[in-house]
Amino acid sequence: MSDLKLKIHSKTLKEMESHAKLIFPYECCGFFFGNEANGRLITRVLPVQNVKNGDQRRRFEIDPVDYMKAEQHALENNVKLLGIFHSHPLHKAIPSQHDLKQALPYFSYIILSVYSNSIEDITSWRLNDEGAFENEIIYLTDKKSSYGKNHYSNTA
Amino acid sequence: MARIIIPTPLRKFTKDESTFFSSKKNVLEAIEELSSFYPEIKNNLFDEDNKLRSFVKVFVGDKDYNSLQEKDIELQDDTVVSIIPAIAGGTGK
Ligand SMILES: [Zn+2]
Repeated sequence: MSDLKLKIHSKTLKEMESHAKLIFPYECCGFFFGNEANGRLITRVLPVQNVKNGDQRRRFEIDPVDYMKAEQHALENNVKLLGIFHSHPLHKAIPSQHDLKQALPYFSYIILSVYSNSIEDITSWRLNDEGAFENEIIYLTDKKSSYGKNHYSNTA
Repeated sequence: MARIIIPTPLRKFTKDESTFFSSKKNVLEAIEELSSFYPEIKNNLFDEDNKLRSFVKVFVGDKDYNSLQEKDIELQDDTVVSIIPAIAGGTGK
């Protein structure tokens, strides 16, 4: 079990879930912001457009301009850009080789497994110093419990 | 001095600083100055041939540096240079 933890209110998490369902069968993507004063806490979600030039059911890409705006938003509002979320339509919430190849240090990567109108699972991952993904526990602040099963081993 | 905005994931190489001020007038020289100041960031920005890595984009104001006609654009005191990592992924192979 990993000791990495990501805290979020279930209402904030719902914003990602709604966006994943809205964009289905295509992959959705976006940013989230927050602070690290007392562990990593997400306070704001910002969905952005998937601009992948190709099969958007299997791939996503974020416009560099949207990335630039996200960093500016963080600086102007004194919050931290904590990571990226994206969906896996009709697939498990396990990072792909493609996700790993593109992953950056520090960021939390939230993956939502979405089947039509239902969210099957949500996981979060962070790169360790060896460049492998470690599963991060999603802790719901309002429910005072972890999201879902969180049974994933630390392998991608 | 022009301001370079360092992307959040690379701030572990800049002692958590988000911004670097450079008095250079040339974009690449300014980024090289940043790399000399924080040597650990260099490999994340430049390849062995000292070219900007393909997954790193540079914006000067709201313009993609690679699409600028005049690469030797002169940095002004209020110019903001953004270093932007590629963000992508997917499912399956
Ligand atoms: Zn993915």
